[in-house]
Amino acid sequence: MTNDSDHIVTESAARIFADLADPQIINRLDDGAWKAPFWLALADAGLPLAWVPEQLGGAGASLADGFAVLGVTGRFAVAVPLAETLLAGWLLTRAGVAAPNGPMTIAPSRPSDRIIFDADGALSGSAIGIPFASEAQHIAVLAQGEEGAFVALVAASDCMIGEGQTLAGDPSNIVRFQHVKPLRYARAPFGLDHTALMMMGSVGRSVQIAGVLESILSLSVSYANQRVAFERPIGKFQAVQHNLARLAGETAAALAVSGSAVNTITQSDSFDEAAFLEGASAKIRCAEAATEGAGIAHQVFGAIGFTKEHVLHRFTLRTLAWRDDFGSESYWAAELGRHVAKCGADEFWPMVASR
Amino acid sequence: MADGCVAMSRKLQFDQIRLPPECDALRQEVRAFLAEEIAKGTFDPHRPGHGDSHDRAFSKRIGTKGWIGMTWPKKYGGHERSFLERYVVTEEFRVASAPVRSHFVADRQSGPILLKYAPEHIKANILPRICRGELCFVIGMSESGSGSDLFAAKTRATKVDEGWRINGSKIWTSNANIADYMIALFRTSPPTNENRRHGLTQFLVNMTARGIKVNPIYQMSGQQDFNEVVFEDAFVPDDHVLGEIDGAWKQATSELAYERSGPERFLETFYLMLELIRAIGPEPDTRSAEGLGRLVAQLHTLRRMSVSVAGMLQAGKEPVVEAAIVKDLGTIWEQKLPNRVRELTAFVPPEIANRVTLEEQLAFATTIAPKLTIQGGTTEILRGIIARGLGLR
Repeated sequence: MTNDSDHIVTESAARIFADLADPQIINRLDDGAWKAPFWLALADAGLPLAWVPEQLGGAGASLADGFAVLGVTGRFAVAVPLAETLLAGWLLTRAGVAAPNGPMTIAPSRPSDRIIFDADGALSGSAIGIPFASEAQHIAVLAQGEEGAFVALVAASDCMIGEGQTLAGDPSNIVRFQHVKPLRYARAPFGLDHTALMMMGSVGRSVQIAGVLESILSLSVSYANQRVAFERPIGKFQAVQHNLARLAGETAAALAVSGSAVNTITQSDSFDEAAFLEGASAKIRCAEAATEGAGIAHQVFGAIGFTKEHVLHRFTLRTLAWRDDFGSESYWAAELGRHVAKCGADEFWPMVASR
Repeated sequence: MADGCVAMSRKLQFDQIRLPPECDALRQEVRAFLAEEIAKGTFDPHRPGHGDSHDRAFSKRIGTKGWIGMTWPKKYGGHERSFLERYVVTEEFRVASAPVRSHFVADRQSGPILLKYAPEHIKANILPRICRGELCFVIGMSESGSGSDLFAAKTRATKVDEGWRINGSKIWTSNANIADYMIALFRTSPPTNENRRHGLTQFLVNMTARGIKVNPIYQMSGQQDFNEVVFEDAFVPDDHVLGEIDGAWKQATSELAYERSGPERFLETFYLMLELIRAIGPEPDTRSAEGLGRLVAQLHTLRRMSVSVAGMLQAGKEPVVEAAIVKDLGTIWEQKLPNRVRELTAFVPPEIANRVTLEEQLAFATTIAPKLTIQGGTTEILRGIIARGLGLR
């Protein structure tokens, strides 16, 4: 994840975020008026459709570049559906369905939800916790038909979208598909099933969580060096130093394991056993790091970090909310544990060592 | 907030290092060797606390395979292989609970110190013998009044004709009862007002020298590898000084990263993972499956971090903070593992096939667990290093 094109993409993304969606500034605004110009700038840079090839209307960036952009969305605690649009573009592209412009999201985004692809080509069912559904123009759907999975593009306005929001106040909606006719659809390619979608989404969220933790660590260290108590910066107290060292450890773990999962997916482009071990591990460990890391950061900041006015909650609440999308750490841990148990003790070390 | 709010002195970095293809064949070779040794009864991988963890004959066979001093120059008996290849050998031996104590310290840290600081004739004499598995080394750092605070060491080396006279004692010295050589830190001058780290010198000490007495110290786990080493006018010749006199504090930087981040820093209680999998069986309930899954994810993460640090070191980088993080997270994980396995096996049926092994291992791992976050740099020292890297001190 440190090649040159990666740097160029992340730097241009970071510049747009810093100019138009700085968390400090957004946090003081009462409305969402900043979102439209920000989205336009992202679209001009080709970021929302980074994972869509040029012939299908996208920017044709590599998988690695797209994941690097997701890292930036984490570092800035993004509050627009950029990650979701990237993922939707990826899903559509895998089935050869052309991607539209504008914000998109994906359904389902929870492991227990299924959308049915009827014999007459319409979608039925419901999915909970769809991120940004109420702000998306289109939804990319992975639906189960009688003879396998389909990828369908639907207009959000054709669906029933409920109220709801995440811990951080971003939309998170129940979406009901009542015999919705897709705008276009195609059969999902071999290997792109429900598990693969949950896995791809989980790796994306892992990268975002690691990005948030990088910023949380940086903010916390700066604050500890500035805030004076008992006549010295609190960062000089060993108790605070050790908490921050633990935060660095959680951040490091999240960066390493999410980076490893990205590296695996970009190298193989298929969701085999290696991708399962790497992707599940990434979501489990990153979600654990989010829990630990958010707690430590709030302890460092004390009362000021608990205020609405302070920027910290934009990071901590998003990273906590992202734990639940595309399968929580508990879900993936049970899946991974069952797999390891089924393979047996003798297969375990070779499995770990193969990565 | 430009560039993603990251305004730290430096960013944490974990390059995505995969072990290169040549490691696969090596790994198979190591596994075959270990299987053969297990078959002929050299050690029992299911009983990590049993038998002699120092097996000189076994170390010699490992030396014959070329798996000691793997990264050292050929002219000193080494094999000029990469640190990643050494990584594979280290982790396979550790996972098998193979008895490597006789050569492991020499291979991991004493040899590299000699390579860097010993005079030519000493290197030519000692390093090839380490590579053949013939020599056991011990680290002489701690004293009764000097543990984590190394610079409080008082054991004196006084200049005499053609060498130094040593008086004082070292403590908690693992292996001293069987070791051939010690690499020790002795006080050659008092600390100065400007630099309390000044005045310590590193020495190579032949353990057979007169005036050295080794007294055993038994551990709470029932093992005996701790010792007190008492020096009474022990003589060390001039050519056994390693590096700068009074300047030992300058000499331990990047070696420490190797020492801190290796697979031995999270695999010490690994055998419990295997017994956990055996105990909960192929179709575990949700609680057991989830518990196992988390442990697997945590272990995979630690290993990926550790391999990354090894690769960055191989590439000439200095991931000092990252290495300290690996040891901090890794030792805490391996220390907590016994109790986690105990909890996750609390409801398995009494008649499971590995009941006896599981209980033996749990008892052993539980009694050795406290040392894991103390040896080779305590959790508190590591967090201080990490805090310094973050720009807090």
